[in-house]
Amino acid sequence: MFRFALNRALTAIPTLLIVTLMVFGIQRSLPGDPATILAGEQKDPEVIAFLRERYRLDDPVPVQYLAWLGQVARGDLGTSLRTNQPVSELILEKLPVTIELALLSLLVAVAIAIPAGVVAAVRKGSLADHSATVFALSGLSVPNFWLGIMLILFFSVQLRWLPASGFVPLLEDPIENLRRMLMPAFVLGTGLAAVLMRQMRSSMLEVLQQDFVRTAHAKGARGIVVIVRHAMRNALLPVVTVLGLQLGALLSGAVLTEQVFTIPGFGKLVVDAVFNRDYAVVQGVVLFTAAAYIAINLVVDVLYAVLNPKIAFLGRG
Amino acid sequence: MKRWLLALTTALLVGTVLAQTTVRIGLAEDPDVLDPDLGRTYVGRIVFASLCDKLFELTPSAEIVPMLATGYTTSADGLTLTLGLRQGVVFHDGTAFDAEAVVYNLERSLELPGSNRRSEIAQITDVVASGPFEVTITLSQPFAPLIAQLADRAGMMVSPTAAEAAGEGFGNAPVCAGPFRFVDRVAQDRITVERFPDYWDADRIHVDRVVYLPIPDTSVRLANLQSGDLQLIERPAPSDLSIVEADPSLVVQSAPSLGYQGITVNVSNPGPRDHPLSDVRVREALELALDRNVINQVVFDGLFVVGNQPVPPSSPWYIAELPIPARDVERAKALLAEAGYERVAFELMVGNNPQGVRIGEVIQALVAEAGFDVSIRATEFASALTLQEEGAYDVFQVGWSGRLDPDGNIHQFHTCEGNLNETGYCDAETTALLDAARAAGDPAERYDLYRRAAERYLPHRHIIYLYHQQLFFPHTADLEGFVAYPDGLIRLQDVRLN
Repeated sequence: MFRFALNRALTAIPTLLIVTLMVFGIQRSLPGDPATILAGEQKDPEVIAFLRERYRLDDPVPVQYLAWLGQVARGDLGTSLRTNQPVSELILEKLPVTIELALLSLLVAVAIAIPAGVVAAVRKGSLADHSATVFALSGLSVPNFWLGIMLILFFSVQLRWLPASGFVPLLEDPIENLRRMLMPAFVLGTGLAAVLMRQMRSSMLEVLQQDFVRTAHAKGARGIVVIVRHAMRNALLPVVTVLGLQLGALLSGAVLTEQVFTIPGFGKLVVDAVFNRDYAVVQGVVLFTAAAYIAINLVVDVLYAVLNPKIAFLGRG
Repeated sequence: MKRWLLALTTALLVGTVLAQTTVRIGLAEDPDVLDPDLGRTYVGRIVFASLCDKLFELTPSAEIVPMLATGYTTSADGLTLTLGLRQGVVFHDGTAFDAEAVVYNLERSLELPGSNRRSEIAQITDVVASGPFEVTITLSQPFAPLIAQLADRAGMMVSPTAAEAAGEGFGNAPVCAGPFRFVDRVAQDRITVERFPDYWDADRIHVDRVVYLPIPDTSVRLANLQSGDLQLIERPAPSDLSIVEADPSLVVQSAPSLGYQGITVNVSNPGPRDHPLSDVRVREALELALDRNVINQVVFDGLFVVGNQPVPPSSPWYIAELPIPARDVERAKALLAEAGYERVAFELMVGNNPQGVRIGEVIQALVAEAGFDVSIRATEFASALTLQEEGAYDVFQVGWSGRLDPDGNIHQFHTCEGNLNETGYCDAETTALLDAARAAGDPAERYDLYRRAAERYLPHRHIIYLYHQQLFFPHTADLEGFVAYPDGLIRLQDVRLN
């Protein structure tokens, strides 16, 4: 198992290098000069020249890349061109926020998707199945920003039950934190639930057809035991894969939800940085996200191996 | 007895906590670095208004009055200014405000690497403390806009002790002499400031804490105000103002902005262009084909002010002899024919946001009648700036946030070497007139110079001025004493939260 994990970790290094190369290349080929944006409305040529020199923007791109890579190897992700804050500090500041949002949305998604998927599969063709399908479709097709604004208008402006937007750190005030995370987690969670539910349903349907399920029934096991203990455990395997991929995507993909609810997370950090051509922040965040994505996939692979020992065995060969 | 004491203490404690008033303000963007010498954003200036007092201040009617200065005198040749300074002022770190501090600050504005203030006060050649509370400023040439510059970021005083100690990191925790001191900042989330007990004008401050929250989405910003999470917001969508007016718990204050919006025509940037718009008759036709009132009505519900000059018609610097031309499609067509064109096609670059595109569409529809075929190019801001600089555009819908002194709205756009002249317009006579207007001390003489310059640059139509924004500040009805200023900054003097 250890060798399996180590092998997977080592293959991550070239992947990360390719990611950094791509981010660097794409960013530098975008129109728009960070020094001009940084100089503001006044566009003072002296200020622009100073900024270009300070952030080495006049160096050839490969030189800039190698300099940055060297810096990263020393554990320094640089400073934000816009606010002068260290990028690593910004990431550490935003990371817990996005992780919390991702986990809460995942919780919402799992709480809705697993039971709904199981019921839809077991009662295939019933009203419950159709309702779950309709829910899944609407969860997928309703845009996050629209649902977000609607929830704000209803729960914050009309009913005044929840704060409209913003963020309070969990450790500062856990209740206020939850109140503020409820709507964004719901918005993100319902979208995710739709995907998971469909996955759970089809996977469950497949498993229910298999011999061991029939055997379990034949042995006289109670229906609920067969479903939960025998069928569900096996049906969960592909769902866990999707979950892992989605969690990775949530780290960087919650952009719209973060924008609507003004949650100072990763997505918002990177979008603002792209618009401001804040190269250092974009590079730092993308590198970090890629590393996190790879790490999550690694965990999923290991989890896979735990759920199905055959995989670890094959990995050894 | 004990129980009574406990109850009393609790009541007192609760009372103290309740008495803490916090005003939460929704900003349209996250400010940049909070160093007055490096800052470059409008929202940054809004935060500075509570943190950093300036040498001069302006009134709601845009007159300049002393703040940390007590007044000034100018020598007969206009080359020496003497400022008197307020006594008994301290910075947030306890450092005393005196002539040495002012010298330090003006020198910092001029010398700090990357200073965005240098070009604003570049005429200053020397600053000396001529008394404990008096500084003498020497200029390379007379410069009428100087006092106006000192009523903005260039006049903001930072603590010399703190600035020296913090070095480059000063903007992460600024120390000034304003009514509020910096508490903390979470990027893209909030900036918190608290009342400074030793503020020199403390009697006018009735709020304990101010939290600035950047909320870019206009609907969400308004929803936060409606739900009571915020007490004041800036830059609402003009189309949302009817919602604010219909809500009895909300009030809206407004002030005319100092800036303008218009269309900038590339006449010869980077060099002479082979485009029909290089012909002044075609540009005149373009202006005559436009209807500023229609743009204002359709895009802004008629809430803004139409204009044809760098300053709004309400400004004392507006040249009344050059009024807004009325729309005349027939004359526009005739001008095009005279220039040898039946139809002229060009690309109009606008911001890639709903409002920018809408302005573009209205212009497109209006000028089509006279024979212009406009293709709209919605461009992201950073890319648009580069294209403008490189001269890779035909026409760009862009504006200027405005400066207190008319020089800030005119000189750098219409002089040959002007820093913001991106149209390629260059007329030696206009440049000479605008240089002279800068140096003129007498307002009547200045007005005359601006009039003569406008008579040259307005007919050239490399910038066609369209309208002036009205600044709106919706706030909750329990926030009292707030007044909107034409520079768009949010001042908290005399503001109370009931």
